[in-house]
Amino acid sequence: MSTHRYNPVMGFSAQSMLRAALVLTIAGLALVRPASGQMRIDVSGVGATQYPIAIGSFASEAPLPKDVADVVRGDLARSGAFRLIDPQATLSDSANLDFLALRARGADAVLGGSVARLADGRYDVRYRLSDVVRQASLGGASILATEGDLRLAGHRIADWVFEKLTGEKGIFSTRIAFVSRQGNRYRLNIADWDGENVQTSLTSGEPIISASWSADGTRLAYVSFESKKPVVYVHVLATGQRIQVANFRGSNSAPAWSPDGRTLAVALTRDGLSQIYIVSADGAGVQRRLTSSSGIDTEPRFSPDGASIYFTSDRGGSPQIYRMAASGGDPVRITFGSSYNVSPRISPDGKTLAFVTRRDGRFLVATKDLSSGVEQVISDGGREESPSFAPNGRWIMYATQAGGRDSLMAVSIDGRVKQRLTSAAGDIREPTWGPLPK
Amino acid sequence: MNKVQRLLIAASCAMLLAGCGSTVKLDENAGAPIEDRNAAAAAQGAGAGAAGSSSQVASVTAAETTDPLSDPSSPLSKRSIYFDFDSYTVRDEYRGTIQAHANYLITHKTRRVVVQGNTDERGSREYNLALGQKRAEAVRKALSAIGVPENQVEAVSFGEEKPRSTGSDEAAWAENRRADLVYQ
Repeated sequence: MSTHRYNPVMGFSAQSMLRAALVLTIAGLALVRPASGQMRIDVSGVGATQYPIAIGSFASEAPLPKDVADVVRGDLARSGAFRLIDPQATLSDSANLDFLALRARGADAVLGGSVARLADGRYDVRYRLSDVVRQASLGGASILATEGDLRLAGHRIADWVFEKLTGEKGIFSTRIAFVSRQGNRYRLNIADWDGENVQTSLTSGEPIISASWSADGTRLAYVSFESKKPVVYVHVLATGQRIQVANFRGSNSAPAWSPDGRTLAVALTRDGLSQIYIVSADGAGVQRRLTSSSGIDTEPRFSPDGASIYFTSDRGGSPQIYRMAASGGDPVRITFGSSYNVSPRISPDGKTLAFVTRRDGRFLVATKDLSSGVEQVISDGGREESPSFAPNGRWIMYATQAGGRDSLMAVSIDGRVKQRLTSAAGDIREPTWGPLPK
Repeated sequence: MNKVQRLLIAASCAMLLAGCGSTVKLDENAGAPIEDRNAAAAAQGAGAGAAGSSSQVASVTAAETTDPLSDPSSPLSKRSIYFDFDSYTVRDEYRGTIQAHANYLITHKTRRVVVQGNTDERGSREYNLALGQKRAEAVRKALSAIGVPENQVEAVSFGEEKPRSTGSDEAAWAENRRADLVYQ
């Protein structure tokens, strides 16, 4: 019934599994304050195929501050790629499983686990995945986590299960950055991919836009208007250190990291109209100017291999997406078919362009296969902005509106599954998806 | 021919010679803005008197009203220039406003102005930031063409980030397609 690939690991007993367990420790983020304001997630649609999986309650001797199994369930269900089956039982990672009963409930796989509090206050989270049809273990592991990281432990388990059963990297332990606005308070927030665990890295009385993660996930570049004009900053998340990397005459905006994290492509107007330049990530200033057009050039993005830069330009009379060598040179126009195609983003494998296109007066997110040229519109709101690929390339998050309020939407690359993130605390916008954790 | 008129003619010649990319052309029939030199001199005198006698401190208020920048009947009171959708062409109706601000800046060398470009909320924030810059830049070039030194004017953009009108209809959008002259 399932077309998903997986490779059973045969002949492992639960005990040998535990002895061979991979131990992961999870480091929390320092100096990022928790933010108030509940986030809400609404999921619609299902994937083309759904893998049926049973996830029991994890065994525990005492009540836990966080239900880890429930975090795993939430992640897998929201992915749209799984159908959850309730085994109506606590299933330990080391328990003997009644495969026939699980099969009768329709499960192809089963996840069990246990959580034990250690003497040092940390928790030992163990889990094991089994193939119900073959009645064999697919593997398992142990994660050591502080109380505050139990949720992250659940995300890590969901990633592991997702990759085991679909062959693709999971994104459940990734983080997103976005901007919230309440009146004149703007906050640059970091959250888990599902909007939980919100932490604020910057609060300002002026707008913040265009946040962008460095490839290693330690720094954010963004545009802040705190000095009454747009200035580009690099912000070290762990320390709160901020570096002005572009503060020239005129406007400074649209930062995009080079894959090696040493430079950023930015849009500057210091020589007149908006043009694209390379600046140092350490604040040492402009390294070179890349474009020389008589119009607007902005929104640069490096290709994942660092060889090309995609950008928006109105040099042809309307804003369109172009590609040029990362060293500059003659650009090639990439988008057609609308008089407004902007905000290029390149998938992690470099093969797909996501962008915002205006069609019949509506602003929609579309993808374009860069080899075949085939385009697909994947949003239907009409007020879309700022698309961002998940690091596994399977999701695109963007800003839109719901009930007069700015909200975020994550849509599967095939357009079938949508997750809307809203905040009770106000507008949320400018999402950018962080890299896979190391 | 007074000083202001001579200045305007000189500025006109400079602008015609420049013939640059500015979208603002000089309208010979546009009314020349008038600066009240006597009022300015009187205000300075009042200010000096105030420094020597505490009984005349109140007259400083009168000096403020004669500053052409704060005179509601002065063409300088107009600080906003509106644009058409997806356009950065300064419309003819703003020639007089731009001329007045150019004259003020030329005769007040220590004053600086920031031209803040704005757009409506539709479309990409970054593209709108660049579009707002283009609007601010069109105004900056128009001032420059009349003879305002570069170091007195900076063009920046707020894009769609600081809307004056927060609605989502054509009236609100039109209000936000704007460049503001903000004196520092």
